[in-house]
Amino acid sequence: MSASYGRIVKDGLWENNGVLCMLLGMCPTMAMTGTATNGLGMGLATAVVMAASNLMVATFRNYVTHEVRIPVYILIVAANVTFVDLVMNAWMHELYKVLGLFIPLIVSNCLPLARLEAFAAKEPVLPSLVDGTFMGLGFTFALTIIGAVREMIGQGTLFADAALLLGPSFTFLETRIMPDDMGILVLILPPGGFLVAGLMVVAKRMIDVASGKEIKMAGAHSV
Amino acid sequence: MSTIRPTWVHATILGTFCAGFGVALALTDDITKAPIKERALEDKMAALGQVIPKAIHDNNPVVDAVTLTSAEGKPKTVYRAMKGGAITGIAYEMDASGGYGGPIKLMLGIDPQGKLLGVSVISHKETPGLGDKITPAKSDWIGRFTGLSLGNPPADKWKVKKDGGQFDQFSGATITPRAVVGGIRLGLEYFAANKPGMMEKK
Repeated sequence: MSASYGRIVKDGLWENNGVLCMLLGMCPTMAMTGTATNGLGMGLATAVVMAASNLMVATFRNYVTHEVRIPVYILIVAANVTFVDLVMNAWMHELYKVLGLFIPLIVSNCLPLARLEAFAAKEPVLPSLVDGTFMGLGFTFALTIIGAVREMIGQGTLFADAALLLGPSFTFLETRIMPDDMGILVLILPPGGFLVAGLMVVAKRMIDVASGKEIKMAGAHSV
Repeated sequence: MSTIRPTWVHATILGTFCAGFGVALALTDDITKAPIKERALEDKMAALGQVIPKAIHDNNPVVDAVTLTSAEGKPKTVYRAMKGGAITGIAYEMDASGGYGGPIKLMLGIDPQGKLLGVSVISHKETPGLGDKITPAKSDWIGRFTGLSLGNPPADKWKVKKDGGQFDQFSGATITPRAVVGGIRLGLEYFAANKPGMMEKK
């Protein structure tokens, strides 16, 4: 079964989105979406880990026996997370100071493991790489949107400190939408994460319904 | 996949993966070790730069540090700024307890007469929008401590206004400023008690 690349891309970004549809990876989703910039950074770090892990698992898929596959997958994800952690600490230190605490959490994110088991373990290398990349980008997309909503309503800014993440040439992204003290505090606090994530899931379904698609309850194991 | 393989096959596969990734991780650690150390030093210097004015020293305070051991046996690193061999200021970290979200880590800079050169907040977990006004990015509140000492204001005024002292709290947040003011006062008392040990040359 070789899925078409267009299908894989569409699944990852929207149809079977890790956060908005499968509801996986809720821990970083809650913890790192206080601002759009944090969501974007966490998403991109996760995407790198997912792409690399999918690639490695697909490469070795014929050598790993069924019985030991889970430990091997966890080993691969953990190793990739450690690579990202060390490299970011050494060469992207400003960003590391913001995200550093949460990078190790990627290991406990179910989304990478779910994609390894459901996709990379059965499919050739290239489709697996595409799947990991776009599932990761879909995750990034969801986290950035949730972060943007929380940040705009909670503290009245959008992409605050984006220059820290993307370099000084992206300072133009940093906008103030309303005065600081007009923000609704609860949205930056943890309950805001649950509220906004829930509303985003609803919004995604409403868009799907409006465009005439039937709602399918996608699970982690649908390809 | 359908044939049943002996256990040693699985063990070998798992072992090979572990060994391979172990080597790769060791290599990465080796390559990134030096840059990470450098970054940590830069962070320390940046934190010190906020509480010790550049003009008063010509050394690297991170290098010219001494470690004191408190009565409870806890070590404390004291960074010392020097100019022409004489100590012009010292800095150390102080945990302000009683914050809303756990201890607030402060860095204090103090001159040899016991006057504050500056205070900065290294890390805190206070409520965003309320307690985080202690950071310079949100308000200049923390700057008002510069120039003060244990006798100025007198000890019974080293409190927030709500407790009868002279320092403003924020609207809606008293706990955080109370913790910070208390932490700074403790830090100054620590200086008064340990001054000889901090100033002695090595």
